[in-house]
Amino acid sequence: MPDSVMPNSFHLDAVPIRLERCGKTFAGGARALEPLDLTIRGGETIVFLGPSGCGKTTTLRIIAGLESPDPGGRVLFGEEDVTALPIERRNVGMVFQSYALFPNMTVAENVAYGLKVRKLPRVDRARRVEELLDLMHLGEFAGRRIDQLSGGQRQRVALARALVVRPRVLLLDEPLTALDAKLRDSLRLEIDRLLRSLGITAVYVTHDQGEAMALGDRIVVMAKGRVAQVGTPREIYYQPADAFVADFIGTMNRLGGTVRGGMLSLGTALLPWSGPDGAAELLVRPEDLALAGEADGHLDGTVAAAVFLGDRTRLVVEPADGPALTVDAAGRSELGRGDRVWLRVDPARVLAVP
Amino acid sequence: MHPPHPDPLPGGEREIAPGGQRARKSAFHILPGWPLLVGLIVLLPVLRLLWEAGDAAVLTRVLDSPVTWRATTNSIAIAAGATLAAALIGGPFALLIGLTNLRARTATTFALILPLMIPPQIVAMAWTHLAGSGSPILKPLGLAPPVGTANPVQSSAGMILVMGIEHAPLVFLALRAALRAIPGDVLEAARASGAGPWRAVRGVVLPLCLPGLIAGLAMAFVAALGNFGVPALLGVPAGIPMLPTLIYRRLAGFGPSALPEVAVLAALIGLVACLGIALQTILQARIASRLPGGARPLAPVPLGRARMTVELLAWGVLALLVAAPLTALLATSLVSVYGLPIGFGTLTLAHYREVLALDQVGRAFANSLLLSGSAAALLALLAVPLAHAMALGGGTGRIARAVGVLVELPHAVPGVVLGIGCILLFLKPLPGLGVSLYGTLWIILAAYLVRFLPLALRPVQAACAALDPAVEEAARALGAGPLRRLVTVVAPLVAPAAAAGGLLVFLTAFNELTVSILLWSQGRETLGVVVYALEEGGSPTLGAALGVIAILVVLAAMVAAGALGRRLPLGVVPWKN
Repeated sequence: MPDSVMPNSFHLDAVPIRLERCGKTFAGGARALEPLDLTIRGGETIVFLGPSGCGKTTTLRIIAGLESPDPGGRVLFGEEDVTALPIERRNVGMVFQSYALFPNMTVAENVAYGLKVRKLPRVDRARRVEELLDLMHLGEFAGRRIDQLSGGQRQRVALARALVVRPRVLLLDEPLTALDAKLRDSLRLEIDRLLRSLGITAVYVTHDQGEAMALGDRIVVMAKGRVAQVGTPREIYYQPADAFVADFIGTMNRLGGTVRGGMLSLGTALLPWSGPDGAAELLVRPEDLALAGEADGHLDGTVAAAVFLGDRTRLVVEPADGPALTVDAAGRSELGRGDRVWLRVDPARVLAVP
Repeated sequence: MHPPHPDPLPGGEREIAPGGQRARKSAFHILPGWPLLVGLIVLLPVLRLLWEAGDAAVLTRVLDSPVTWRATTNSIAIAAGATLAAALIGGPFALLIGLTNLRARTATTFALILPLMIPPQIVAMAWTHLAGSGSPILKPLGLAPPVGTANPVQSSAGMILVMGIEHAPLVFLALRAALRAIPGDVLEAARASGAGPWRAVRGVVLPLCLPGLIAGLAMAFVAALGNFGVPALLGVPAGIPMLPTLIYRRLAGFGPSALPEVAVLAALIGLVACLGIALQTILQARIASRLPGGARPLAPVPLGRARMTVELLAWGVLALLVAAPLTALLATSLVSVYGLPIGFGTLTLAHYREVLALDQVGRAFANSLLLSGSAAALLALLAVPLAHAMALGGGTGRIARAVGVLVELPHAVPGVVLGIGCILLFLKPLPGLGVSLYGTLWIILAAYLVRFLPLALRPVQAACAALDPAVEEAARALGAGPLRRLVTVVAPLVAPAAAAGGLLVFLTAFNELTVSILLWSQGRETLGVVVYALEEGGSPTLGAALGVIAILVVLAAMVAAGALGRRLPLGVVPWKN
């Protein structure tokens, strides 16, 4: 159980955050963020996900107080309007991609920094630092210099440093991006456990959909300064709000079909369909396409590439017309380039392009 | 979703909202444009000079005088010649060090850069001893000019040679920096296309580093134009007037009444210098904009079997241009009677004992130590917040970066421009205080602070620009205000760079002559002034002894800077490769 490894004493307040009409226009007129309204519930972990330049980091920095929103925008922590407060006085915890540890200080001095700023008496300071170092399994590293730590240890120090001041919200800006794949997975689990047990409101920025799915109570998908969709990981995956979200999250196939009289004709298949008559563009996940025989297949095509992934073989199938489709076969599948295959579509899983 | 924890840990509530409710007003909040103030103060002497030089009557009189034009054409012609000499010495060394697998690179660079670190009057003095009729090196070889004939280096050609050696390091450093900015793949791509190593260098690398070479030439030209020590020791005895020496002699001869006239002369030399400075600024901006950053450096081109020959040649050149004059200086300082051959019978430390016992020498050591030490400390302290402001975004950052360009001007213009500007500025009693700084050490300190600020600023600026902005943002998130961040986070991280900048200021100011020769007064001598006065006053052995001591101080400071250099980015300590 995750809680069994956590000292049960350490919990933080769950402060809701509200963004009202928060836009950001940079000097020179570049619009980084269209005005955004969003309520983050107390204790919730919300993930901002999108490609670089989508405005996710700008949003995080507006919440942090490192950027101020354009006039008219407001940031509220609970009932308090913090829009005019600089980051120094917002009491937020922040974790950076580059760790941003103070290289001139030891691990313990890094963690104690925020408490010193707050003029906490030495005894309390030592107790709180020890508590956080234990929480992050860093007790034995207290006296180490930062350059004697691995990347994963550094980011754990950064987390301890951010949390020791009992912030109202924890802001994480791509905290795992600088780590290699293995460490990233284990630290992601640790962060997940930490956020669940602390009960703190957390805002997490990433471009990695795997991280977003694993950590977010809700995900805010962003593109070009706008919110494309807000929803739980399942909503985002199974009911993408638009073509961008559909393409950005996971792998999505596009199919062309024709609707006539409540029936959709897709390859050789006729499926019941509600929608206006005419040409229709449809979306389907690779796992909702299946290899079939010539008799029960709906579409046929030629294998253009087969990528063996161990547990499965990912096939790229080129139909006679239309874009290539991605479909998964069993790992032991012997299918290869040039083979002719038939695919079956699960009609309940087909989405119209929103 | 997790419900808010119902029972926060006692003491876990936010009892610690940072800064409390009272806004902490630091100087940074009250004066966001404070760098502008620094920029204005630093520019005051130059502005004051330009104002003085605007007097139409004096302007016409000075510009009508034939001496003005003789000195101007001499200055420009000899500076141009010295620039060519600097290019011929510095260029090949930069290519050898920057491109090939020459060995003993750090030692070679150190030896080449040494003449830049030693004050010009001491280098000039060393050359007069080397080439004179009493030369301790040439005389035993039978190569010294006969007694009674003019010293061959006291001529236009001599000035060109000595200033060329002095300023060759400027060309060397600029060209080497340009070579370092070229990514290694460029050379490899050229070779992959079938070009041999030397063809690739000629066709790809040399065109890319041409702006760097020209910037270095511009720098060498401006430095030669403003050089005072070499014309004073080599030009004046030969009767060759140059602008800096003309200004000095007018001012020394007529006192403050000559100020309007010398202000015009100083403005004239400043104007010529500004052409060179503009060229250099434009070219350096071009280099910076093309720099890809973080690229792998050029792989050295093997010299093959020619390496030993090239190395011997390089060391031979350095022995001739650097080691020989310095050895002559050392020998002169150790020989019992000037002109005698050096040997066990004539070896003596008497000159050192004598010169160190002189009143003015003790005073000068104290003054120069005090001046250069306090200038170094004050400027290193000022450089940290200023360089930090330059790395900021927003209005303060833009203002600070503009100021960063402005403060280069008093350093780039010839020292006489700044010296005359300071006299004009401080001759009258300070408003409000009623005392004049003229004739005190303070005026020299003020001039040093203004002139050497860029030396302290540049390394700290590089260090601040290399800081991850997230580190300071992390401190902000933890509640630290601007002043606390500066002291606890920024300053410790850039301290080595600030120390290196301070050392560079100390090194330069300790032996400085050009500014203090105009600003000194009885009892307020600097070391540079005393070395010059001893040589001028006909005490060559005492001058040589003091020169050697000054060089030893320089070497000690260079070693200290080198020890710091391991913790600094490449390029801060010039002789590290």
